[in-house]
Amino acid sequence: MTSATDQPRRRAAFPPNWRARIGFVLLALYVVYACAHMGVSLERLQVGMEHGQRFLARMFPPNFGRWELIVSGIVESLQIAVIATFFGIVLALPTGFLAARNLMPVWVTWPARALIALCRSFHPIIVAIIFVKAIGFGALAGVMALIVASIGFISKLFAEAIEEISLKQVEAVRATGAGFLSVLIMGVLPQVLPRFIGFSTYQLDSNLRNSTMVGIVGGGGIGATLFTAYQRFDFDVVLAILIVIVAMIMVAEVISTWARKVFQ
Amino acid sequence: MTVVEQLNRDWQRFTPLRRLSRFAFYLCAVAALVASLRTIEIIPEFLYDAPEQMVDLVQRMVPPDWSYLKPTLDALVETLHIATVGTVFAIFMAVPIGIMGASNVTPNGPLNLLAKFIFVTSRSVNSLIWALLFVAVFGPGPLAGTFAIAFRSIGFTGKLFAEALEEADKGSIEALTAAGASRPSTFIMGYWPQVRPAFWSIALFRWDINIRESAVLGLVGAGGIGVALDTAMSLLYWDQVAVVLLAIFIVVVLAEIIVTSVRTKLI
Repeated sequence: MTSATDQPRRRAAFPPNWRARIGFVLLALYVVYACAHMGVSLERLQVGMEHGQRFLARMFPPNFGRWELIVSGIVESLQIAVIATFFGIVLALPTGFLAARNLMPVWVTWPARALIALCRSFHPIIVAIIFVKAIGFGALAGVMALIVASIGFISKLFAEAIEEISLKQVEAVRATGAGFLSVLIMGVLPQVLPRFIGFSTYQLDSNLRNSTMVGIVGGGGIGATLFTAYQRFDFDVVLAILIVIVAMIMVAEVISTWARKVFQ
Repeated sequence: MTVVEQLNRDWQRFTPLRRLSRFAFYLCAVAALVASLRTIEIIPEFLYDAPEQMVDLVQRMVPPDWSYLKPTLDALVETLHIATVGTVFAIFMAVPIGIMGASNVTPNGPLNLLAKFIFVTSRSVNSLIWALLFVAVFGPGPLAGTFAIAFRSIGFTGKLFAEALEEADKGSIEALTAAGASRPSTFIMGYWPQVRPAFWSIALFRWDINIRESAVLGLVGAGGIGVALDTAMSLLYWDQVAVVLLAIFIVVVLAEIIVTSVRTKLI
């Protein structure tokens, strides 16, 4: 008698992964629990869909009638993004150098890294709130908040890029008797410049996105216009502003892709 | 060309076109900066007392009001729920759109473009603005925040997932196709094992970002610790604000440590 147990067990080509399955079940259970905790229910979703339909109906067609307001807001957002990116880069360069562990001693890198962690951990909106309190409403508060965000992002990636460079070129420059600054400019900078341009253009995109939002807490830019339109229930103006924001960011992405190609 | 002529050639690092475009980049950058600096409206009177205001702010924040810790922690749990559930929803929506956007999995130009358009729209509208829109739909509360986080994350996760799919090696996929596997099987057995590490690292990375973002959604009424922050700020209880900020800082740092350690294990 040949039963199934006598035969050698067939090896499955694709064995089931029980750990992953249990993990997915646990994740699904968590989602259900969290939704219950947050008071999410089908009923609320249904009511929300009705609201959503009315909301969308009021959004169309987009109303570009107040275009002067939209243009001035967008221009201010652009100004905030450009200025914040510039000063962010200027301040991130030295911070990044100081945080690179292959060029600097530990007692220098440690405080620099702490500063970077501090700049990165707060969302730009929270930083903007603090600056609005310190220097009042207006574009400057937005600029300062985005400078802090830029320092955190660029110097972290810049320090990592410097830590990955080849030290051979640095040694070659040093062997010619160059001073510390010359070593940086001739040995380190050419190796990291393409990546640095990459981070900077990426940060410009990111600052542009965030500059559309700092206005909600009083930091200037299109966000203030958007928030006012929202509070007045002028949802058609809100849609017009959103369309302009998306278009602006698409253009900015095309430009930064071009810049990255040029500096490759 | 003789050898001597060849040796005496002028060597140049960049082609003229490249130099021209580099110059154009610098020119545009400087022009944009100068134009912005000259036209931005800044009220200098506000700047005179900025140091005083800063000192005042710090004095009001210290010592933190620890009695506010209980509501802060409750709100913090809600923030974590918003970030996690939002990330899960985002991934559910981003995976199909990512498949639609990867030109090797979906060889269809218009569909690829449509996916790219969805990604750009999702990323360029800020999380706070998404939150405003969903507060109008669902009313104030964590539900709006969860949807805001989900819609905002589609662009990031979907774009990176599509890029990972496009980088997948063709070998195993051709083998599966040759064996007669259907398209879903090709995807699950050919593409998925190749992009799995990238997928998990994208999801973790986005979760880390979403914890930061969900902390501010409450400012427009979308639930989480931002509500606690907004309440304390509107009442000018800066010592309570200090507690909330401290809580956010600790959670963000913890999340980053967790993500880094899990990623090194996964990859």
